[in-house]
Amino acid sequence: MESILVTDKPLDTQAIINSVEAPEGGAVNVFIGTVRNATKGKEVLQLEFEAYEPMATKELTKIVEQVKQRWSLLKVAVHHRVGVLAIGEVPVVIAVSTPHRAAGFEACQFIINTLKETVPIWKKEFFEDGEVWVAAHP
Amino acid sequence: MISIKLFGVTRDIVGKPILEIQDNVDTVGQLKEFMMTTYPRIKGLNSLMVAVNSEYAKDELTISSTDEIALIPPVSGG
Repeated sequence: MESILVTDKPLDTQAIINSVEAPEGGAVNVFIGTVRNATKGKEVLQLEFEAYEPMATKELTKIVEQVKQRWSLLKVAVHHRVGVLAIGEVPVVIAVSTPHRAAGFEACQFIINTLKETVPIWKKEFFEDGEVWVAAHP
Repeated sequence: MISIKLFGVTRDIVGKPILEIQDNVDTVGQLKEFMMTTYPRIKGLNSLMVAVNSEYAKDELTISSTDEIALIPPVSGG
């Protein structure tokens, strides 16, 4: 069972966690991304996320397929928010349930690392004196 | 004519969300060259990918007006 979502609505972290619970599970592993208030010592006021849909959902689905082949997972949810987010808000929640904990940690880390490399989602940082697309330039 | 969807930094560089190209651009590689020549600031990016019909495409792939084509600058989700 998997749930993949790119949405402009706030993410309900607890509901996402609940959605992966399974009777056969021995562990639920969760990654929650949050908006940090600074980059390299410079104050960040807010972030804006933009996605290319439906490709973003398609790429997330590919990651989940890879994870399901590599680890023994029961349920997995990957939800990413787009739009303007304030400091402390949650752009991404990843939750996986597994029979044993090791697979959950590994799968969660693989999903977030691969998401950051392949999924067409872009983040813009807003500063007092301007805006920057993250990772665009060397 | 092909139409190119633009996101993030490439949309800012070009100045619009969709770019229509009349020139003879037949492959993904030619499209990248065209974009870098026409908008030199694109050369300064960490990477530039092209998606054709929602899939990352190799430079050799032939493109046509019926394809959905998007420029994919360095991604930064999560």
